[in-house]
Amino acid sequence: MLAIDNYLILSAIMFAIGTVGVLTKRNAIVIFMCIELMLNAVNLTFIAFSRYLGNLDGQVFVFFVMTVAAAEAAVGLALMIALYKNRESIDVEDVNLMKL
Amino acid sequence: MFEYVWLIPLFPLIGVVINGLFGKKIKNETVIGGIAAGAVFGSFLVACGILFQLLSLPGEERHFEKTIFTWISSGNFKADIGFLIDPLSCLMLMVVTGIGFLIHLYSIGYMHGEEGFYRYFTYLNLFTFSMLLLVSGNNMLLMFVGWEGVGLCSYLLIGYYFHKKSAGDAGKKAFVMNRIGDFGFLLGLFTLYWYLGGTHNVWTINFRELASHADLIVPGAITTTVALCFFLGATGKSAQIPLYTWLPDAMEGPTPVSALIHAATMVTAGVYMIARMNFIYIKSPTALLVIACVGAATALFAATIGTAQNDIKRVLAYSTVSQLGYMFLAMGVGAFGAGVFHLMTHAFFKACLFLGSGSVIHAMHHALHHEHSDADPQDMRNMGALKAKMPVTFATFLLATIAIAGIPGFAGFFSKDEILWQAFSNPHHGSANMLLWGAGAVAAGLTAFYMFRLVFMTFFGKTRLSDKAFHHLHESPWVITVPLVCLAFLSVVGGWIGVPKVLGEVLGGMPNYFEHYLEPVFAYSTNYMLHGGHGAEHAHSIAMEWGLMGVSVLIACGGIALAWALYIVAPGFPEKFVSTFPVLHRAVYNKWYIDEIYDFAFVNPCKACGNFLWKGFDVVVVDGIVNGVASVVRGISGLLRHLQTGMVHNYAFSMALGVVVIVGVYLFR
Repeated sequence: MLAIDNYLILSAIMFAIGTVGVLTKRNAIVIFMCIELMLNAVNLTFIAFSRYLGNLDGQVFVFFVMTVAAAEAAVGLALMIALYKNRESIDVEDVNLMKL
Repeated sequence: MFEYVWLIPLFPLIGVVINGLFGKKIKNETVIGGIAAGAVFGSFLVACGILFQLLSLPGEERHFEKTIFTWISSGNFKADIGFLIDPLSCLMLMVVTGIGFLIHLYSIGYMHGEEGFYRYFTYLNLFTFSMLLLVSGNNMLLMFVGWEGVGLCSYLLIGYYFHKKSAGDAGKKAFVMNRIGDFGFLLGLFTLYWYLGGTHNVWTINFRELASHADLIVPGAITTTVALCFFLGATGKSAQIPLYTWLPDAMEGPTPVSALIHAATMVTAGVYMIARMNFIYIKSPTALLVIACVGAATALFAATIGTAQNDIKRVLAYSTVSQLGYMFLAMGVGAFGAGVFHLMTHAFFKACLFLGSGSVIHAMHHALHHEHSDADPQDMRNMGALKAKMPVTFATFLLATIAIAGIPGFAGFFSKDEILWQAFSNPHHGSANMLLWGAGAVAAGLTAFYMFRLVFMTFFGKTRLSDKAFHHLHESPWVITVPLVCLAFLSVVGGWIGVPKVLGEVLGGMPNYFEHYLEPVFAYSTNYMLHGGHGAEHAHSIAMEWGLMGVSVLIACGGIALAWALYIVAPGFPEKFVSTFPVLHRAVYNKWYIDEIYDFAFVNPCKACGNFLWKGFDVVVVDGIVNGVASVVRGISGLLRHLQTGMVHNYAFSMALGVVVIVGVYLFR
């Protein structure tokens, strides 16, 4: 069994990639995928610690996270379709109605 | 019957509610007028019942208090909604409901076809309610509620034809003038309450309790202040110098309103108030002197203006001011009973005169309307020879005129003569008595002159209308003439209940019923004067009284004869007089320029002050602060606004940065 450090480092790298993606990408779907990546990075940490500590609580949390992520994906994709119908674009830079 | 006193103000209030809420829907004039007049008639019946019960009791038991509920109770201060019945308030109830009913009846005919018929009767009922509250309230605060209520109704009814600017202005003028007086009333009330409570621990504003503690009110500066403050209130409401100028302008209202409010009832509220508080006034010789002088001056001054007016209602208005001056003269010489007596007789004949003039105006209006003429139906220079066309109006008007002129046997003679005699013989003012009597006597002569001038110009001589218009003149319907006849009857016989002692003895020991009736109300003042009052009782012979009576009758006859000579025998003479003394005539015709002087001295400075506060203070300082705060906030938010880019990226980045900072703080501290 690999040491826990390896899982955590992988998780950290995935989270960082996700964060940078959210901050730099302009396509809403890509941003969305990056958020999923961040969530899964966290999931990986949960699982790793669950195994390491011999406690199932972490795995229960992961189920919750996955459920919420699925729901979020449904809502998020619906929003994006609505957005595309209105503006013919899913570029977040075009969504700036709040700006003066 | 006493228990039902609360019904008296309640009936008109019900009328107000019905006509005020549903009058617009009812539309039927007979129903609206019937409800209003019926309500007042109901009050009149209850008042009659109370009067008869009062008369059946012996003199010293003639008072009753009915408390409905406690209105305000706070610490030592307590005010009830309650009614006081004594000879004085009962008399006022009778006058207000009796004359009020006749005038309501008259109004049904007079206001026929007017726009806002229901509005008129709502106001009129509201006025009656307020006036009844004023005269029957058992404490000063309740009296003040009525006092303000009648002022409000007066304003509303003067401005009844509000589409006319002059009517609106007159209403406002009346309201503002009355406010000045009300200010005095309130100051007097506060001072009295503070003085009795603070020095004697008697915290009360109830009339009977005040009267029972009258001994605590000692002559002095505070008593004089209280008395004069209340008198200021009375000058506003009762149109005395210096606050009388609103009353002549109040003639802009419908004529029955002038009769009810501005002649018979509301304007006598000041006289009633002073009579009610006689135990305060009797303690202050200074206040009495001020009242007597103001009363006499007003009586004389207003009478001079009355001689040169051409508007029939304005003559009567100045006559009212002048007669109110008589009542205050009576109050000022301590003859409270005589003043109230004149109040009553004046209510009879002046209501009759005003309603008569209304009947004339009504007829003139129709006649001029037929001819499509723009001539003023109120201007006496357009009238003349109306007696053949309007016999009932003429007869009643003439009787009331004889009554006001002071011809023996008619109501005005007894009351006016009593006041003049008291002015001459009272123990209060020493050598000033001659002056007071003189002013009163000259004013009596002027009264006889201008009233008969009015009658001669209106009813006698040749008509100044065209034949066609004159042909269309006709007598008024019965709803108008019946009240006239009732009031004329009262003007003739009303004085016989108060025959002076000297006359009564000649007439076979006829007692002065009226004085006797009011005795319990003024008993304290009478006793105070008998036992160690100020000034010594002068001995006046009966011959003197007879002599003065003769003089005043002669003066009145002289006034009538002069009017006869100038306006019937030599109708050209007044013009000659005017062209001989143009300055004098112009001054009198323009009311001695008092309105202009007031405008210059008070109104315009107040306006300038208001304009300064508006443009100099409100716009610059107040608005400046408010706008300044707003622009500072706006500036700061303009800077902060740049943080809100509307870019999701920027927000996400600032969130990530925040997380890094928080985690960093935990890691490296």
